[in-house]
Amino acid sequence: MRLVSTFLVLFAFWLLLSGFFTAFLMVAGAVTALLVVLFSRRMDIADREGHPVHLAPRAVLIYWPWLTKEIIKSSWQVATVILQPGLPISPTLVRLRSTQKTDVGRTVFANSITLTPGTLTVEAGRDEFLVHALTRSGARDLASGEMDRRVSEFEREL
Amino acid sequence: MTSQIIDLASWLLIAGGGIFCMIGALGLLRMPNFFTRMHAASLIDSLGAPMLLLGMILQSGFTLVSAKLLFIALLLFFTSPTATHALARAARARGVGPDLAEELPTATDREDK
Repeated sequence: MRLVSTFLVLFAFWLLLSGFFTAFLMVAGAVTALLVVLFSRRMDIADREGHPVHLAPRAVLIYWPWLTKEIIKSSWQVATVILQPGLPISPTLVRLRSTQKTDVGRTVFANSITLTPGTLTVEAGRDEFLVHALTRSGARDLASGEMDRRVSEFEREL
Repeated sequence: MTSQIIDLASWLLIAGGGIFCMIGALGLLRMPNFFTRMHAASLIDSLGAPMLLLGMILQSGFTLVSAKLLFIALLLFFTSPTATHALARAARARGVGPDLAEELPTATDREDK
């Protein structure tokens, strides 16, 4: 099942980059994708962690829209901070607890923190992150734990 | 009519993306030290670049070019936080101080060093 989706993704990627839809090139693409799938099966890298396709629906429908909203919100805050003459920054380091159970979940959380302007993950541990925030209020927002909760919800098994 | 609306939306997105890129660049110059500068830079690749790309997608319509632009956006979405994190981690490992505003953090957290 996971191998099939790996194949489909690779083949779609081939078509996307080539842009030619002649029979020969499509067959060549399919064969190449198949070979890569066979290699990745042998190397055992197309697993739950390497190709987390089971998370895709929830990522696209629930998590990414929320993350987009957060990015826009915090971008606005950072932009106003930059444009104010006094440059009202208050850099803060906080340690956050993370409640994710899988490495994929932790990666998603760390990347989400970094992706939202104004906060960035400096160190990512097993259950504790060191986060640098541009302003004290940004650090406080993150410490309220909403993002952590949402990521944990997102990585949970169906 | 719809094409005009799409055109308008796309130009708003492109102009807005450009403005955010400029604000990010301005922040990069104004911020006092390494870590705060990185926050300004992340404004560019978290909001500026996706807005520009989305605007361009609306311009090119339902074509292969749009699919490629979408792919670039996805690539940025996954790689830019990784690169930013690697940069921050390297800086910290090398002993670049974050120059904190205060010693005591928010009530719910402990402060690092």
